[in-house]
This record gives sequence, C-alpha cells and structure tokens, in this order.
Amino acid sequence: MNTINNSRRNFIKSAGAFAIGSTLPISLVELAFAESSQNFTFAYISDAHIQHIKDNRFVRNWDRGLIRAVAETSLLLPKPDFVMFGGDLAQLGSKPELDHGAEILSALHGNVHYVMGEHDYYLDLGEYWEKLFGPQYYSFDHKGVHFVVLNSIKTYDDWTFKRWPTAEQRMQEMAGLDNPNGSPFMVGEEQRLWLKKDLDKVDKNMPVVVFSHSPLQKIYKGWNFWTEDAEQVQALLKPFKKVSVIYGHVHQIQYNQIGNISFNSVMATAWPWPYPQAYAQAEQYLPKLTVPMNRADPFFERDATGWQFINLANGNADLNFTLYNNSSRIVRYNEKLKRPEDVVYQDEKSRIIPQTHY
Amino acid sequence: MLTYQKTTIALCLAFATTGSVLADEFTDADVQRWQQQFMEVASEGRELWTSPKLGTNGVACAQCHPNAANTHPETYPKFQKQLGKVVPLWQMINWCLKNPLEGQALAADDPKMTALQAYVTYERRGVKLEPGKH
Repeated sequence: MNTINNSRRNFIKSAGAFAIGSTLPISLVELAFAESSQNFTFAYISDAHIQHIKDNRFVRNWDRGLIRAVAETSLLLPKPDFVMFGGDLAQLGSKPELDHGAEILSALHGNVHYVMGEHDYYLDLGEYWEKLFGPQYYSFDHKGVHFVVLNSIKTYDDWTFKRWPTAEQRMQEMAGLDNPNGSPFMVGEEQRLWLKKDLDKVDKNMPVVVFSHSPLQKIYKGWNFWTEDAEQVQALLKPFKKVSVIYGHVHQIQYNQIGNISFNSVMATAWPWPYPQAYAQAEQYLPKLTVPMNRADPFFERDATGWQFINLANGNADLNFTLYNNSSRIVRYNEKLKRPEDVVYQDEKSRIIPQTHY
Repeated sequence: MLTYQKTTIALCLAFATTGSVLADEFTDADVQRWQQQFMEVASEGRELWTSPKLGTNGVACAQCHPNAANTHPETYPKFQKQLGKVVPLWQMINWCLKNPLEGQALAADDPKMTALQAYVTYERRGVKLEPGKH
C-alpha cells in the first residue's frame, strides 16, 4: 500500500513540474492583459502555517505548499506588479517559524506586502512580525487603485491581556480554530478611526481594495469565519464606487457581494478547511453566491490548496485560483449583475459532484 | 455441559426470585450513568483530536478537521479508492495518523481509537446513516 502511495505521489510531483514548465505562463498572459493597458495583476499567497517541530525540523507538508506557491509565482509572465501574503505565515507565531517562512518567501521577486494573521500575532502581539515585515496596518496606491491592509484578527482586550497566564498559552488557545476558549476577531476602534482618516483623502471614484486576514463579513462565528465589527468597516467603505475585500483565513473559496462591496477569499498553501455547513451542529451563513471548492481528497497532500493571481480589470478584482491538484477556478466580477461569479460553475446545472459539501 | 446446566438452573432461580435484575429493566439513573460514560470517552477523544502529541510532528487532527468536520463517520464502512477496498472508519483514522501526523497506527480496540471514534461520531450526531456514500 505504501509503495502505491509513494509512486502516486512521485507521479503527481513530476506531472506538476511538467505542467508548471509547459503551460502555466502562457495561460496567464492572456488572462492578465485581456482588456486594457491599465490592467495589472498581483499574486496572492496565503495561510502557509509554517510549523516548527524542533531544532531544524518543520512540518514538511506545509513547507512544500509554500515553496511550490513561491516557485510558481516566480514563473508568472508577465510578472505581477507585486505579491500579497495574506497572513498566517507561522503556526504558533514563533521566531523560527516566521524566520523560516520569510526565508522561503525570499525567493519571490519584487515587492511583497504582508497581512497579519492570528497565528502570527498572538504570541508576541506582532512584535517580531513587525521587525520582519513592517507595520500591522497601512495603505498604498498603485496604478489608480487605493490598497488598504488591515489587521482584522485583534480581539477584546480582556481576552488578549488578562485571561491567559502565558503568551504561549494565549497563542495556543487562539490557534485552535474550533476552540471554544477562542475569541471573535475584530478590526477595533483604533484602526477604524485610522481607516476613516485614510479613506477621507481618497476620491470616491477610485477603486479601493482592502486586504484583511479574516472575512470582513459574518459567516460562521464558531471558526472565526467572522469579524465582529464587520458592519462598521463595511459602512466606511460604502461611499466608494468600487470596493473589493480580499481575505485569507478560511482555506477555501468564498465570494459574496454586499451592496457595493465584493468579497473574495483566497486559498491556503498549507491545508484546506471544511465549509462550515459540514459541521452538523453549526449555524452558519455561507454566502449563497459561493460555489464551493471541491471536497478535499486527503490522499493527495496538496489537494484543495493553492495560490491565486488577481487581475484588476476595470477596478474589479478577478480571482484566478491556481490549484495544485484540482482544475483551476476563475471567479470574475460580472459587470451586468454586479457581483463576482465563477466563470464555469456558477449555474446550478454546471456544478460537479465534488462541489457538494455535506 | 454440566456447568452450562448448572448456570441455567441458577439463572432460572434468579428470574423467579428477584425481578429487579432483568436485563430490560433500567432506570433514569442507569441511562444517565451510561451517557456520562460515553461523554467521558468522547471528551477524551476531543483531547486526543486536538493534541499535538498524537503523532510525531505536532500536527493535530483538528488542524484540518475542526469539530471533526469532513470526517463523515456516517458514511463508513465505505470504499476508499486509494486503499482499494471497503474500510471502517478506524482504518481511515489510522491512515491519517500515519500520514499527515507522521505517527503510529493504533490497534482497532485501543482505548484511544475508541475515544477518537466516539468524539468524531458525537460531533456528527443527528445526521442520518449513509454507509458507502461519497
């Protein structure tokens, strides 16, 4: 049985390498510059969860996911204008994990911007992460688009500062996705005030793209597919004509439209998560618009993981999911219906059996 | 044979004299006790499910399966393409212990395996049985 598994794995590895070398850059050229010279792409890698075992040992499986995303991103032609890393570079926020993750990311060409994830934060509240990657929230403009990065994984001060005897325990408690001792994520007042000031300076016709780790919408509280002050952040974004929120954390494809705001999640490089509806005891609100990713097959360790490149055609974010062991998916903004849609599977009749989650 | 006869006689006598030991008579207290026994084992299972010590690389079952979601105990035994045969849930759990957790398989009747299955099944309570489903 092991022999069969090993040979399958080797086959997948070499088949993957062949696909990268032969087809990947070509398909990207057409998608990236299909419409106008103003369009640009950026790559998005997220949720690597680099996990230290001890000494020089890290969990091989998670390492491989990030190494592959970095290698494939470097093959993008034409090159993306920049790369986003969407948070949870580390599993338990330790220096060895952040250092090892940064080392793997160092193979990327060009500018990389970073989003804070809860697995990076709750050991030292982002202190070492800031030394490596800079401020926890910030904004920048690029080719007529205003980009905002928020630290959306903060929580109530009592939980952060008073509840746990050690920083290590605080990190462990927040690291368990389904841990009832966890606490809901939030952007918090300080950042919302900063965001308001930051956005006051921006023309309302300028496309705005917000990067957060948690969804700036409420899907399932039990797993923190949730941001406690989501509505307040959405209200600050309401005056703008075109707004996209792109988030990590959920390790699965999700997309939604709330008023003027398009929401898109990105995939993890580490491992996939079940949709909340797969937890029979959960009350959850997966957006009806979302056509789920395929159910993951655990026998292929890179199944239902991947990375994405994002085409900002006309100021709307189109997500191109590069999935290691599944067919690629494209979720594109539909100008007529004013919402993101999967270009192949949106219609009920077009869906395939593995997209049914139960 | 002689022993068997003696036992039968003893049992008949028991039935005749004390009705309270009949197997089908149990009280609310019994039910509560049995339920409590189950919940203790299920919560041991939850401990193991979230423990970085079950395997060798610090990875816990709950990392990929929060609340044991996407384990689908209601569909086992079922055909696993990659194993080439119909397997019960515990064999699939062992596959995970050996692969993503880089650990050792547990015996089918290991109390840890019982606890893991109790937890997984408890989280899936209320869902109808669909053996073989994919």
